Amino acid sequence: MNVVVCVKQIPDPAAPQALDPDTKTLVREGKLILDDSDAYGVEMGLQLAEQAGGGEVTLVSMAPGGETSGLRTALAMGAAKAILVSDDALKGSDALATAKVLAKAVERAQPDLVIAATESTDGYTGTTPVQMAELLGMPSVTFAKKVAVSDGTVRVERQTEAGYDDVECPLPAVVTVTAGVVEPRYPSFKGIMAAKSKPVDQLTVADLGIDAGQVGLGGAGQEVTQVADAEARAGGEIVVDEGDAHEQVVRFLEQLKLV
Amino acid sequence: MSIEKIWVVVEIADGNPISSSLELLTQARAMAGTVEALSWGPDAAKAAGEVGSFGATTLYDVGDIGDALPGVPVAAAVKALVEAGNRPDVILIPTTYDGRDIAGRLSAMLDLPVITNVVGLSEEGDEVRSEHGLFGGAKVAVARFTAQRPWIFVVRAKSFAAEASGGGAADVMPAPVPELGATNAAKIDARHVEEQSGPKLDEADVVVSGGRGLGSAENYAMIEELAKLLKGAAGASRAIVDAGWVPYSHQVGQTGKTVKPTLYIACGISGATQHLVGMKGSKNIVAINKDQDAPIFSVADLGIVGDVHKVVPKLIEALKARG
Ligand SMILES: Cc1cc2nc3c(=O)[nH]c(=O)nc-3n(C[C@H](O)[C@H](O)[C@H](O)COP(=O)(O)OP(=O)(O)OC[C@H]3O[C@@H](n4cnc5c(N)ncnc54)[C@H](O)[C@@H]3O)c2cc1C
Ligand SMILES: Nc1ncnc2c1ncn2[C@@H]1O[C@H](COP(=O)(O)O)[C@@H](O)[C@H]1O
Repeated sequence: MNVVVCVKQIPDPAAPQALDPDTKTLVREGKLILDDSDAYGVEMGLQLAEQAGGGEVTLVSMAPGGETSGLRTALAMGAAKAILVSDDALKGSDALATAKVLAKAVERAQPDLVIAATESTDGYTGTTPVQMAELLGMPSVTFAKKVAVSDGTVRVERQTEAGYDDVECPLPAVVTVTAGVVEPRYPSFKGIMAAKSKPVDQLTVADLGIDAGQVGLGGAGQEVTQVADAEARAGGEIVVDEGDAHEQVVRFLEQLKLV
Repeated sequence: MSIEKIWVVVEIADGNPISSSLELLTQARAMAGTVEALSWGPDAAKAAGEVGSFGATTLYDVGDIGDALPGVPVAAAVKALVEAGNRPDVILIPTTYDGRDIAGRLSAMLDLPVITNVVGLSEEGDEVRSEHGLFGGAKVAVARFTAQRPWIFVVRAKSFAAEASGGGAADVMPAPVPELGATNAAKIDARHVEEQSGPKLDEADVVVSGGRGLGSAENYAMIEELAKLLKGAAGASRAIVDAGWVPYSHQVGQTGKTVKPTLYIACGISGATQHLVGMKGSKNIVAINKDQDAPIFSVADLGIVGDVHKVVPKLIEALKARG
């Protein structure tokens, strides 16, 4: 079974984030890393391919500047190869444009199953994978907390408001996984060394047959007009517990007439 | 071109429209002269009275979609209406599991963008501006569409208050699902409902949440006990949901529930931006954390720098003593 995992490469969320003053989009420069949300997808893809007893995991990523740091992490975990779409024309793309690019790239890999995360850490629109599924003409199952594949069918426990649903879907299909579905493996030293020579196929928008006017800031159908500081909450009272801080909480509850 | 007609996607749970959809109907009424609702499922038509009392004049009934996931058939029904010439200026969709699927499918089907994670909407001249929390709500971004209409917004729960307008029942109009191919192949085999007692997390007046600072799954029992004593609901950070200590339905935050109770008590939660967006709107916040630099204290009205294993049991005892 061939699995494509969509992986976003993002600025380190632990580092301070900044907005571009002109476009008011997140600055995505410098070294990018594998989005933690997608590490679960990579692990899930590897496990499913292993269980199927054959086939491989191909990564698909759209990122600026030919960035491969995040891809190398996922390759070191065990993915076989990667398709990277990198093109200046993509700067400022919205979710729909991203989905168009990812769909074209995914098509090249002819997968049985496509995995993405329910939402990315930095963009968190959570719509990209479903938009991509529609463009691929594939069914999708979002919010998967358990995934199993057999006989050309993917079986998913899908998160719901009330609990979860058992969902069955014929392949090929797009599945989005939530964090915590599986425990992402740490790349071994051998894996890290092997990743250096695994193939990364770098493509441009033109290679995918996409009109550059459809993507990037020009193709985005939405814009941020303004960014301002939110109304700050008035600073509260801080009490260091000396063994009786719970009494302060009780007084607070009394003030609110909750006790 | 002003904003004349808004459609609101109305999700139904346990036979009734969910509150997020009623919030959107209320806001739609403030922005447009004509508000219409769209719903699906065996109970859809029964919602005509309720959506009417929130201002919708028409209820488009997609009908029973059987065991299909709603994303594809509902989006296809909307697309069919739009292509038949019935074009709203704006489509509002609640941020729910199915709402996000519907929005994504519809966006690709109509080749129109979608704006997600909306927490505020306003009409400005002929345009609609949406508000978004950035960096855990420290900043607010304002966005707008430059693409053609309909503009699709996916709005987070509790962004608006739901208020009925006292309108009569909406006219029910069929919005049939057109013939669908492979994209609609996902089918629900069985539905599992997780038991819960006490008030619902997103409706409770008091929410007591626990995080990784509890140290172990067993210690979550004190969070539940405190919540029960305050007639509230027990919530959680994602860290302990991912760790399997509590079910996902307890999660508060960006990928979990949005809560706005009278009182939120955070126990052993650091206050990561993704947690803050889900609870920052609470009227009062108490935080108990042993690290005085924990970001949760920046939003707390009362911050206790202390050990949850000491403070929480004493608080429980004190409340029990009061009876
Ligand atoms: C895309 C995305 C979506 C996310 N969505 C959510 C979401 O919806 N909800 C959510 O909560 N998180 C979400 N997160 C995760 C979030 O970034 C944090 O990782 C998570 O909130 C941390 O949980 P925590 O505060 O319980 O754990 P930690 O960050 O580990 O904090 C534990 C805290 O407990 C304190 N502590 C330890 N021991 C004690 C003690 N004995 N007494 C008192 N205090 C103690 C520590 O000082 C620390 O502050 C998301 C992340 C991503 C990337
Ligand atoms: N630029 C990208 N490259 C690869 N995958 C992406 C990209 N953007 C989004 N995705 C996938 O879609 C998921 C949801 O992203 P988002 O819509 O930004 O919340 C991500 O976690 C990835 O799996």
